[in-house]
Amino acid sequence: MASATTAPLDVLPPTAPRSGLFGFTRAQGIALVVMLAAIVVLPFFVYPQFLMKLLCFALFACAFNLLIGYVGLLSFGHAAYFGMGSYASAYASQTWGLSPELCVLIGGGVGAGLGLVFGWIAIRRAGIYFAMITLALAQMVYFFCVQVPFTRGEDGIQGIPRHALLGMVDLGPDMRMYWFVAAVFLVGFLLIHRVIHSPFGQVLTAIRENEPRAVSLGYRVDDYKLLAFVLSAGLAGVAGGTKALTVHIATLIDVNWPMSGEVVLMTLLGGLGTLFGPVVGAGVVMAMETYLAPFGAWVTISQGIIFVACVLAFRAGIVGELAKWLRVKL
Amino acid sequence: MLSYAATDGELGGEGRVQDYILETEGLTKEFRGFVAVSDVSLRIRRGTIHGLIGPNGAGKTTCFNLLTKFLQPSRGTIRYDGREITRMKPAEVARLGLVRSFQISAVFPHLTVLENVRVALQRQRGGSFDFWRSDAVLRRYDDRARELLADVGLTTYAEAAAGTLPYGRKRALEIATTLALDPTLMLLDEPTAGMTHEDVDRIVALVRRVAQGRTVLMVEHNLKVVEGLCDAITVLTRGRVLAEGPYAQVSRNPEVIAAYLGTDPGISGAAEAAHA
Repeated sequence: MASATTAPLDVLPPTAPRSGLFGFTRAQGIALVVMLAAIVVLPFFVYPQFLMKLLCFALFACAFNLLIGYVGLLSFGHAAYFGMGSYASAYASQTWGLSPELCVLIGGGVGAGLGLVFGWIAIRRAGIYFAMITLALAQMVYFFCVQVPFTRGEDGIQGIPRHALLGMVDLGPDMRMYWFVAAVFLVGFLLIHRVIHSPFGQVLTAIRENEPRAVSLGYRVDDYKLLAFVLSAGLAGVAGGTKALTVHIATLIDVNWPMSGEVVLMTLLGGLGTLFGPVVGAGVVMAMETYLAPFGAWVTISQGIIFVACVLAFRAGIVGELAKWLRVKL
Repeated sequence: MLSYAATDGELGGEGRVQDYILETEGLTKEFRGFVAVSDVSLRIRRGTIHGLIGPNGAGKTTCFNLLTKFLQPSRGTIRYDGREITRMKPAEVARLGLVRSFQISAVFPHLTVLENVRVALQRQRGGSFDFWRSDAVLRRYDDRARELLADVGLTTYAEAAAGTLPYGRKRALEIATTLALDPTLMLLDEPTAGMTHEDVDRIVALVRRVAQGRTVLMVEHNLKVVEGLCDAITVLTRGRVLAEGPYAQVSRNPEVIAAYLGTDPGISGAAEAAHA
């Protein structure tokens, strides 16, 4: 043990051990307060409809990040869970007249159910094969949605009512709907944080860090990946379901492959495997799409340029680079 | 061979089958026509430290991967603790108590040393799918984890990220993590590879200590380590078993000497060479 006392230099961990409240590091706690403040203050300055859409996509990106950032699985078909969640919630609201919280839960349930089946099939393969299988399955969902009558084909489900929250509070006015969307986002966001810092999350980290070693310790790693997949797909469904109620419409756009690409872009741009990256990424992408819209094709071109720049120069994404620069975990 | 088998006094005639914790029969692995392991029949006696030695490319690591099910054999059977495990998945055999280490030190680099051991304890004690609970519940494994770390002399490193440990300490951590599962049969793949003299001595002492009450099968290049530690050895060359038995006996086998060193006079001479 003599050598142990002489070697304090290499005892210093490169990353500070997690501590603080509920597994948030100090920097994450500060970022959380900033985010909460932004959620409260921004609707008084920015168009609430835009913010609601942003929060829905931020939750979608966070759900996607749970899979790629914390398990290392690149799903290229997350539009399927988002889009089907959107359709399910729209149908439940319009045809069954259910209250919004139930519609959102149904959206999440449909996403999770679909994720269970697709995940079970895809998880047997790794890397590019996994991505291709998820993409192929998602495109099957897209063609299913083109064909079946309940999605109303090219028109989509339009004029979706919001009804009253718990049958009591009418969510018709945008500001009321905004608080509902903000609450859904926060619950999803905190749930993801909890998943990462749970006994299950600890195993996920171990699997990502050294899968053969996790196997040799007796972990059936596919089961853990599948549960992560189902959670991610379920939350994507919740995001889609909330979005449908927000914008009163559920269309094929939500379920088609460019949507899968968009969520990859948001997550990469914000920072893979960071807690706040997907939120920031969603904000940047949404802002570009909304405020550059008058310039038409320039949106796509500038998105492409940003994507290339991000991959070439800022591989860690906006939040990832910031965290590196500040030497904290975000 | 016979005199060696008879040393364990309490075993009668019918006990002899159970006497072996691991038995393989005709174990063969082919990679696109290249036969890495050919017709290997191993028998590992319960409660012993068994060495698997042989020159580079003899198939030792492939053999390890077959035994732990990380590879599927082309032919042959594996029996562990009286049960056929030939078609099982690696996680399943680990759950039966057959736990391996890796040649390249296998730790979870961004977890702390304590968390590394806890991950193993957590698997055995359940609750690993609880995604809604705080990981603070894992603190209930801290005491046991610290005991295991103390066992391998890593107490002062408990809070360090495992990736920052010096090489020898990583190997010690890996053994602590393996021990956390309380394995019946522990497979160590070159536990002293690439180590300094002091580290080698520490690991040898450690293996001897943790082998109490369990069986150890180790691949090892350092013949001095093998001589000091192993009750029996199996020599592999070109994927085949060349000899099996106690070290003193096998090391005098002219075929083994020839295979290992060409024309060198004694196997112990090679130990020096391998060590240098």
